[in-house]
Amino acid sequence: MIDVLYFAWLRERVGLPRERLETSAATVADLVEELKVREERYAFAFQDLSAIRVAVDQELVGFDAPLAGAREVAFFPPMTGG
Amino acid sequence: MGVRVQSEPFDAGAEANAFTAAATGAGAVVTFSGVVRDEGGRLQAMSIEHYPGMTERALATHRETAVERFGLTDALVIHRYGDLAPGDVIMMVATAAPHRKDAFGAAEFLMDYLKSRAPFWKKERGPDGESWVASKDDDEAALDRW
Repeated sequence: MIDVLYFAWLRERVGLPRERLETSAATVADLVEELKVREERYAFAFQDLSAIRVAVDQELVGFDAPLAGAREVAFFPPMTGG
Repeated sequence: MGVRVQSEPFDAGAEANAFTAAATGAGAVVTFSGVVRDEGGRLQAMSIEHYPGMTERALATHRETAVERFGLTDALVIHRYGDLAPGDVIMMVATAAPHRKDAFGAAEFLMDYLKSRAPFWKKERGPDGESWVASKDDDEAALDRW
């Protein structure tokens, strides 16, 4: 099981801030593909990966990052702090 | 003096004074405060979302990097989340170093990293409704100099 978190407009498009999923995805990219075929709202949220950043266990990573042993994956737009 | 992530307002002047009073051994203290712009009267409100847990970790990491890289005697980062209004202080950084060049440099370094490497997202409300603030290519490019 893995916790998947969504922030900002990704949260709005998916329609929830977090969910716990059973997945056999090996990488973040694989997880995204699993999500996109689940429901239209995921396909809509993840249609442009260049506009999305990802963190695994609260560390920024690329979409090719492995999920083995990961507890938490978060998807969000580029950050706008400061 | 660490990092703080909070929804409550804070007194940037009082924070700067307390930071300076504790900065024994430093010859220079630089403080920066970020304020919500009113965008010529168009911006009515701003709300800031963040990633609890990762935010604190990212800020602490960037603070620690700044301390080591610039030889700081101390550094402080405060960043708010939640609902803000034009004129409100969003965040501040304070840096203390033996000499001013490092204090200024570290403050700029921290600001550049806070802009695009700390998990905050701003949403603005104006006359045309609400919209998420887009990241700027300039903010990403600003990291290249470090």
